[in-house]
Amino acid sequence: MKKTKMNSNSLLLLITIVLFFAMYAAGCVVYADKGFSRLQTFMNILINNAGLICVTCGMTCVMLTGGIDISVGSLIAMDCMIMAVGIERWGWKSPVLMLFILVIGIVFGLVQGICIAYLDIQPFIVTMAGMFFARGMTAVICKEQVSIVSDKIFSFLSSYKISIPFGGYVNKKGILQLPYMRITVIVALIVVALIFLMLRYTKFGRSLYAIGGNQQSATLMGLDVKKTKLKAYVLSSFLTSIGGICYCLNTMAGTTQQATGLEMDAISSAVIGGTLLTGGVGNVIGSLFGVLINGTISTLVKTNGKLISSWANIITAILLCFFIVLQSIFAMIKKRNK
Amino acid sequence: MNSLKKLTKKQLFLPIFSMILVMLINVIYDIACGQAPLSFFTITIKNGVLYGRLIDILNRGSEAAILSIGMTLVVSSSAGTDISVGSVMSLYGGMCCMLLAGYGNVNVSEYAVPLIVGIGAGLLVTCVCGLFNGFLVAYLNIQPMVATLILWSAGRAIGLLLCNSQIVYVRVPSFQHIGSYIGFMPTPIIVAAICIVVATLVLRMTALGTYIQSVGINKKASRIAGFNSAKIILMCYVICGLCAGLAGMVATSRIYSADTNNIGLNMELDAILAVALGGNSLGGGKFNLAGSIIGAYTIQAIDTTLLALGVSTAQSPVFKAIVVILIVVIQSQPAKDFFKKLTSKKNAVKEAAQA
Repeated sequence: MKKTKMNSNSLLLLITIVLFFAMYAAGCVVYADKGFSRLQTFMNILINNAGLICVTCGMTCVMLTGGIDISVGSLIAMDCMIMAVGIERWGWKSPVLMLFILVIGIVFGLVQGICIAYLDIQPFIVTMAGMFFARGMTAVICKEQVSIVSDKIFSFLSSYKISIPFGGYVNKKGILQLPYMRITVIVALIVVALIFLMLRYTKFGRSLYAIGGNQQSATLMGLDVKKTKLKAYVLSSFLTSIGGICYCLNTMAGTTQQATGLEMDAISSAVIGGTLLTGGVGNVIGSLFGVLINGTISTLVKTNGKLISSWANIITAILLCFFIVLQSIFAMIKKRNK
Repeated sequence: MNSLKKLTKKQLFLPIFSMILVMLINVIYDIACGQAPLSFFTITIKNGVLYGRLIDILNRGSEAAILSIGMTLVVSSSAGTDISVGSVMSLYGGMCCMLLAGYGNVNVSEYAVPLIVGIGAGLLVTCVCGLFNGFLVAYLNIQPMVATLILWSAGRAIGLLLCNSQIVYVRVPSFQHIGSYIGFMPTPIIVAAICIVVATLVLRMTALGTYIQSVGINKKASRIAGFNSAKIILMCYVICGLCAGLAGMVATSRIYSADTNNIGLNMELDAILAVALGGNSLGGGKFNLAGSIIGAYTIQAIDTTLLALGVSTAQSPVFKAIVVILIVVIQSQPAKDFFKKLTSKKNAVKEAAQA
C-alpha cells in the first residue's frame, strides 16, 4: 500500500517537471527568433522570481502542516519599505537593515504562530490580520514611493552580475554576451537546498509531514504539535523576509502597493508543485518548479507581445485547475484501493 | 449578574457589542471636536437625498453585506471560504459593461443592448462561476480555498479580457441609478435590504437553513439521513456566486464603469471577516445570518470612523488588523477557558468568604 502512495505523489512531481520542460521547449521552438532559447531567458526567470522562490519554500512548510500563510505579500511590501526608508530617510547602513528585517520577520512569525498554535485560531484569519497589519504599516512608515539610490553596498549587491562561462551568444555588434545571474538567485537556490535537506533529514522536517498527515496520531506519537506549528510559521515569515530582501534588490524601491497578490502566486506555485493544502504531502523541489512554470508562462505571454497580460493569469488558472483535479482523482483512486 | 452572563453567551452579543463600541468612539470623537454629541446619528435631507454618517455606512457597506450572505452559507455548508467573490464581482462588471457598451467601445452614452440583458448576462456568468466552484468542492472533494483559488486568479483576468484591458464607461442615467439614488433613498441600501429579506425568508420559511447546517456539521451523517449533501453544497456556492454578482452590480453602477482592476479588490477578505465577526465558526456547521450582516456593517463602520478620524485609507488596515485579532482572540477556545477559570475562582473566593 505504501508503494502506491509513493508512486502517485512522485508521479505528480514528475508531471510538474515534465510540464515545465515541455512548456519551455515549446517556447524555444515557437519563439526561436525572439531569443527565447538563450540561457539568459532562463536566468531572467530565475532573477525575477528569486524572492518568490524563497517565499514559496516557507509557504510549502506551512502548507505541509495543513495551514496557510497569506500575510507574505504584505510582509514583503513592509520589508521593502523599511529597507528603502531606512536607507534614504533614517541613514542606516544596509547590512544593519537586513538584520533588522530578518528580526522583524521572526517576530512577525512568532506572533502569528502563537495565535495559531497556542490560541487555536484559524490560520487564514490570523494571517489575514497579519496581511492587513503589514500592508497598513507600509503606509504608516511612508506613503510615497521611495527609491533606493544612496547605499553603495546595496547597489553593489543589486547590480553585481555573476557571469556564466557558457551558453553565451554573439550580439549584432559581434560581441560575445555571456549569460549572468544575480546574487539573489544564489540565495534563493541555497534556501531551496537547505529546506529540501531540512524536510528530508531533520526531526523538525519529518514532524511537519507527520502533523499534516494526521494531527492526532502525531500527538500520540509524542510530537509537540503546537511547538512545531509555531516553528513552521516563524520559518515562513523568516524566509519571507529573506525573499523580501531579494525582492527589494530587484525593485530597488519601496511602495505601498508592492507585491500585491504575491501570496496567491506562492500558494498556486506550491499547489502546482504537488503540495496539498490539506497537509502532509509536498516537496520543495516541486514548489521550485511551480514557480518556474509560473515564470515561464508570464515570459511566454510577454515574448508574444500581442497578448494582453491577463492571459498569463488565465493560463496559470487553467494549469492550477488541471493539477487540482488531477490531485483529487489520485486521492479518489487511493481511497478506492483502501 | 446572571442575566448579564446569559447575554454575553448569546452569539449576537459580540457583533452588536463591537458595533456599539464603534458608535461610542464616534460619539466621543464628536464631543471632543465640539460638535453636537449625537451628530453621528443625525440624518438630514440635503439636495433631496438622505445625508448622514449612518446612511453613509449603510450605503458603502451594502456590497460587503450582500457578499456576507453568500459567504455565510458557503462557510456553514463546506467548512471553507470562497475567496473568489471579489474577482467574480469584477467579472460581473466586465461582462455587464462589455455587453451594454458593445465590445471594444470605451465610453458610451447609449445602451448597445437593453439594460436587463446586460445585468442578466452578468448575473448568469457569476452563477456559472458559483456552479464551477461548487462542482469542484462538492463532487471532486477539493478544499474550498484551493478550488476557489482558480477563479480568484482567472475571474479578474477574464474580466480584463472582456474589456480589452480598458476601463469601460457606461454614461446612461438608468444604469447609474442602481449605484446612486432612487428618490431620496440610496439604491444600494435598498438592494442590500431586499437581499437580506429574501435570504432570511428563504432560510426561515423553508428547511434549507437546517439542511445547510446539518451538512456542515456532518456531511456523511446527513447523506445517510437522506439529504443529497453534494447538491446542497453546490447550491450554496451558486447562491454565493449570485450574491457576488449582485454586489458587483452595485459596485459597478456606483462608478458607472467597469474598472476591472479595482472592483471588489480585497472584498473577499471583508466578507470572510464579516462572517467571523458575526460569531460564526469558520469550521462550518451552525450559522447566524444576522451576525454576519451586522459584522459586515461593523467593518464598514470601522472604515468610515477611521476616515472621519483622519486616518488615510492606506493606513487604516493597521487598525482593522488590531480589531480583528482582538475579536478572534476573545472568541478563541483557550481564552474562553481562561475567563471561565477566572470567574470560577472569583466565585470560589466569594463562597469561601460567605462561609
